[in-house]
Amino acid sequence: MAENLKCSHCNNPATVHLTQIVNNKIIKVDLCESCAQAKGVTDPEGFSLADLLTKTNLIPEGGEPQITCPSCGLTSADFRRTGRLGCATCYLHFIPLLRPVLEDMHAGTLHKGKVPQVALSRQSAAAELQTLKNALERAISEEAYEDAAKYRDQIQAIKKSADSEAVHS
Amino acid sequence: MIESLINSNKAELTQSAKNGSPVVLSTRVRLARNLVDTPFPGRASKSQRSDVLTKCVDRIAELPQMKQGLFFDTAELSELEKQVLVERHLISRELCEAESGSGVFINKDQTCSVMINEEDHLRIQFMKTGFNLRSVWKQIDRFDSSLEDGLDVAFSQEFGYLTACPTNLGTALRASVMMHLPGLVISEHMDKVIRAVNQLGITVRGLFGEGSDATGHVFQISNQQTLGESEEEIMSRLGSVFKTIIDHEINARFKYLEQNRARLLDQIGRAFGTLQNAHVLNSNEAMNLLSLVRLAVDFEMLPEVNRSEVDRLFIECQPGHIQHAAGEGIEPDARDLCRADKVREEFARLPSLNFDKVNIIE
Repeated sequence: MAENLKCSHCNNPATVHLTQIVNNKIIKVDLCESCAQAKGVTDPEGFSLADLLTKTNLIPEGGEPQITCPSCGLTSADFRRTGRLGCATCYLHFIPLLRPVLEDMHAGTLHKGKVPQVALSRQSAAAELQTLKNALERAISEEAYEDAAKYRDQIQAIKKSADSEAVHS
Repeated sequence: MIESLINSNKAELTQSAKNGSPVVLSTRVRLARNLVDTPFPGRASKSQRSDVLTKCVDRIAELPQMKQGLFFDTAELSELEKQVLVERHLISRELCEAESGSGVFINKDQTCSVMINEEDHLRIQFMKTGFNLRSVWKQIDRFDSSLEDGLDVAFSQEFGYLTACPTNLGTALRASVMMHLPGLVISEHMDKVIRAVNQLGITVRGLFGEGSDATGHVFQISNQQTLGESEEEIMSRLGSVFKTIIDHEINARFKYLEQNRARLLDQIGRAFGTLQNAHVLNSNEAMNLLSLVRLAVDFEMLPEVNRSEVDRLFIECQPGHIQHAAGEGIEPDARDLCRADKVREEFARLPSLNFDKVNIIE
């Protein structure tokens, strides 16, 4: 049975068969002697299949969507070559490519750890402020002064609460 | 540039006042963080990298933990200085290769280093001698939270902290211990241990991380997975695996001593004699012999205070440190003479081995 197995990388007969349990799931990879050497699998110091999966072209080629990040320009080919993403926005666009990799690599695919509360509330406050400022400008240019007054009050309220927070911290 | 750091009498790794512990040399935890709205270092332009550097350096300099800390711009460090910092585990090999606009902030006692524009915008590391996962985590968590008060980090509710490499996603936390495992190596059980922990999603590497060998029977053991578990969960899982490895190591030492007493004491005695008298010593040989002397301390053949001296020599016998101490540009052959001189001098001050009282400290 074993002699029928082919190397998952180059199709030569596979002689190295690896099994690793990640997140209670069994991952199996069959490699020929030379690919196993090249991937460092025979390294006595140990290796990880997860590393192997991201760093090599064991991520199957073909049939996958071609993606380009609108923010930094990273393409799916770049990602496959380097195993690295280009920016935070990449994570919104590369999900179809990432999800299967993450499932094999990690204990789960949902973050369960620390959340940067302060930075997040500051970011959302800043975003809200920007939206209100845009609305205020638009209201003024449209001469909708009642609306403008309302937006101005809201902006001042946000700024005031941010200032008092700064004082308290 | 780095003299003050090397000559510091406060450095945790080389000048620790504590005696160190058997098996675990040190504990470190690192977190990866990126700023929102700027591409990760590998894809950022030169000016974006330098903006990130300025922003991060300004913020880090304000933190109380970095009082009297030092900042080094990678571009201003010589190759030798970088090597010394790598040997002290303060920077990574990747940072040495980094393009312009990168650097490292190191605190006064060298327990904290923050690399800027390595693979991620920020790589924060806290380190302590001995087995100290919880307290190191507490320190780095506090540091990270105050850093985040002044910097907008890239974070998603689904994937957690966003990192250049998806292997670090989520908590972006890597906790590792440096373990001295001569018992498992000599009794040829190390391969089995490595395979077993690999199956639990835990990585075993040599002294200097990825791709380095385990000279001196020193291994770096860390978690592989960062997403899907909280920091606490990762560390409690790791902690129990580390404890199991420590137990196995102690058992292996005990068993080997019982079955091969004369042979083991002979190896330790010869190692001590060689270090006391050698005139030419390469770094591999030095590491492997020092490993046996560390084992002698654990067996109470030497006073416990000598353990931290052995740990210091582990670092100070590295090629970069020997060369830096001798001045730039000495040949590898001359380095082996300098190393032997240094070790002879230090070993002349040690008491002789006490073979009558061979015990195992647990």
